[in-house]
Amino acid sequence: MTNSCQHNSFNLPQEHLLHRLHTLQREYLHISPQAMQQVAAEFNLPLSQVAGVVAFYSFFSTQPCGRFHILFSNCTSCGYLPDGQNLMQLLAQQLQVNPGKTRTDGLISIGETSCIGLCDQGASLLVNGIPLTHLNPDKIAQIAQQITANISTDEWPAEWFEIHDTIHQRNLLLTTAQPAPGSTLQQAITHGAAETLTTIQQSGLNGRGGAGFNTGKKWQLCREAPGDAHYVICNADEGEPGTFKDRVLLRHHAETLFEGMTLCAFVIGANKGLVYLRGEYRYLLSHLQAVLTQRRNRGLLGRHILNHADFHFDIDIVVGAGAYICGEESALIESLEGKSGIPRIRPPFPVTHGYLGQPTVVNNVETLIAAAHIVAYGSSWFNSVGTQKSRGTKILSVSGDCRLPGIYEYPFGVHIQQILDDCGAQKVQAVQIGGPAGKLIGAPDFNHTISFEDISTGGSFLIFGHQRDLLTVHRNFAHFFAHESCGFCTPCRIGTQLLKNNLDKIAEAHSTANDIETLKQLAFLIQHHSHCGLGHTAANHILDGLQHFPQVFTTHLNQNFVAQFDLDQALESARQITRRDDAAAHLD
Amino acid sequence: MSAIQNTIRIDNQEIPFTPGQTIMDAALAAKVYIPHLCHYPGLPPSGNCRLCVVEIGNRSVAACTTPAAADQAICSNTPELNQARKALTQMLFVEGDHICPSCEKTGNCKLQAMAYYLGMLDDHFPQFYQRREIDASHPDILLDRKRCILCDLCVRASREVDGKNVFAIAGRGTQAHLIVNSPSGKLADSPLAKTDLATTICPVGAILIKQRGYQVPIGKRIYDQHTIRETTMQEHIPSCDKLKHKGHQDTER
Ligand SMILES: Cc1cc2nc3c(=O)[nH]c(=O)nc-3n(C[C@H](O)[C@H](O)[C@H](O)COP(=O)(O)O)c2cc1C
Ligand code: SF4
Ligand code: SF4
Repeated sequence: MTNSCQHNSFNLPQEHLLHRLHTLQREYLHISPQAMQQVAAEFNLPLSQVAGVVAFYSFFSTQPCGRFHILFSNCTSCGYLPDGQNLMQLLAQQLQVNPGKTRTDGLISIGETSCIGLCDQGASLLVNGIPLTHLNPDKIAQIAQQITANISTDEWPAEWFEIHDTIHQRNLLLTTAQPAPGSTLQQAITHGAAETLTTIQQSGLNGRGGAGFNTGKKWQLCREAPGDAHYVICNADEGEPGTFKDRVLLRHHAETLFEGMTLCAFVIGANKGLVYLRGEYRYLLSHLQAVLTQRRNRGLLGRHILNHADFHFDIDIVVGAGAYICGEESALIESLEGKSGIPRIRPPFPVTHGYLGQPTVVNNVETLIAAAHIVAYGSSWFNSVGTQKSRGTKILSVSGDCRLPGIYEYPFGVHIQQILDDCGAQKVQAVQIGGPAGKLIGAPDFNHTISFEDISTGGSFLIFGHQRDLLTVHRNFAHFFAHESCGFCTPCRIGTQLLKNNLDKIAEAHSTANDIETLKQLAFLIQHHSHCGLGHTAANHILDGLQHFPQVFTTHLNQNFVAQFDLDQALESARQITRRDDAAAHLD
Repeated sequence: MSAIQNTIRIDNQEIPFTPGQTIMDAALAAKVYIPHLCHYPGLPPSGNCRLCVVEIGNRSVAACTTPAAADQAICSNTPELNQARKALTQMLFVEGDHICPSCEKTGNCKLQAMAYYLGMLDDHFPQFYQRREIDASHPDILLDRKRCILCDLCVRASREVDGKNVFAIAGRGTQAHLIVNSPSGKLADSPLAKTDLATTICPVGAILIKQRGYQVPIGKRIYDQHTIRETTMQEHIPSCDKLKHKGHQDTER
């Protein structure tokens, strides 16, 4: 195993299973049973593993997609339902296609997908994997024309694909010059791995991906863990709806990210690093590859980094294929190993048993960039900012109902109200901090702060103005979790589906007070009995909502019993089969 | 073997354990019952059904995957946890189509037995009515995915004991379903035999042996005579000592 990894880093890497399947999907617009058999033979894997992977990841399909394959984001910020319009329906009507079904001539298929991380760019979609932003009914009509005329996306107006990154607030990481390529590695070599680790430890840096584990501690545990090889992995899965700061960091600070990964490698003794890039960000791949090549040419990756006798390290990028759960570190590692993204049993943790069973550091993009800055500018430069328990700054992705969506970097301890003022948010009803998995708060809590000891976030900051129907927001989140649950454990697999159905039922005014009790029961069960963090957090928004905005759930309730079973609706499939729609085919 | 006596406490009962054992291992060895559906002694644990979740302080953990550690104070047989177990069992009932009165497994089914044990009187949650494929291609074995609770036991049994790797679970969320590792995806095309552990271990009526209907009359079946708590204590895969020598690194989950 170890030898083959060494081999991977320094010779031609063996193709990753997800990449092979992506190529097939792109070429043949689906993955056929024959193709799966062929891949299983090529990779010497059981057919069931290949079939399992194809079924697990959203971006693979067993039925042919259209030559134009369009995926609308369904996030509350970059989704297809801005201001009461339904842009997906609009495009589907104009192209005479049903969402989820490929048009019979094979030209077009339209579907929806979880947040694509373009929340500061207006309603957005991916067409054959390429993002198209700032959608409105006019643009939808023009897109329909291009597709009808079968014009290749290469020839669509270039400005449709533009992404304007706006950084509204800069602090430590975004004002200070990025460390010169190789400069922190030189320092690390001069001072040695142990002292470099001490610098990270003294900085008080905690992970920026959500869980907030102390980074110095993580590196130390991994460094001390025995193994045939050590690995450093950058978590660039950024799947939490409303988060897009890693997208901006990957576009503008990839050099510093790779510097941070290389530093980590030096400290823990890794020869190989991996970036797990979410499939939704595939368009960033060529840029990232170019930066890697540049670093190899400068002697900052590869063998004998900066002419050091035994500092060898290289980085591969693996692109995901549409699965939020793969942001969870052990699911991510499973995915890197070419499997479905089912979270592992922990302990053992990745620091001792990670990629290929070896000691592995998994860090968020922002964490690794911060680490490089800390080595460049010192631990006190970093830890003099922030609060006692939350050192440094946090980069937030602000979106939703505000005038200035975009990137905001603040010292930890910043008040929620301050952020709302800075981004021009008025008449704010609620803020969802940390994405659907995070915390929902209303105006009385806007004096709270962003920090690990108060309200913590991986970066998502979703603002809901007074005109928003919060029940719609809850339904959106519940649909998200039901869609993204990996399906491994009972409470999350079935419970998230039941939560979703329950909220839909409330919205359709078919509920009674009893359904609120069921909501609470389900929420508790999912929170306490699930296997991983997805389940532990999936019902947070509902519990917060019931606490802070109970009327959102109760205004739709019925006083009297209503059957949850709509008899007439149940006859619908029978009507379709028999092609009847006369009065006798309906009840009353 | 060191002579140090390591113990944990489950519901205030002192229980010895040896390092490397999970809470479930230690409990079963001491004949303490923690309800479960996806665990079978001798197979690597999975932790998917979540019925065995117990409380250690304010932490909720699955007994079958959590290592026993000295002086753990564990709560298991509490009204709250048994209520949660009942709700999880109800969830499994509504997810599939559990046609108990007409199922050949009735009386021998662990899901049903668990429902009895936990005092479950109704489904509580609305039925899902999912469409899932039946595979009747095999001459001796029927696979009805609508009765499958995705416990992964057949998957592990086939891989670890039968050495055939016939089954896998594919798909995400409620789309998750059992698949057969054969070119056509059909059982007839697989090496599965009716004597395989993978065939016989299924706790519910998802994998059934054909031509054997109602040999034991209803009323005389396992859980007509015993509770699931009683039968669980007898369970063990005979060849399990052999298994211990095989590395289980990649089956950690
Ligand atoms: C469902 C789920 C999704 C996650 N998604 C991400 C993600 O997209 N990016 C990320 O950095 N961490 C994510 N995490 C947290 C990771 O498991 C892990 O804690 C993190 O990558 C560690 O890096 P850090 O210490 O630098 O924060 C997720 C966790 C869960 C439970
Ligand atoms: S909690 Fe949800 S996502 Fe996590 S293992 Fe269970 S089913 Fe999968
Ligand atoms: S077929 Fe039976 S043993 Fe296999 S996963 Fe389903 S319920 Fe478990």
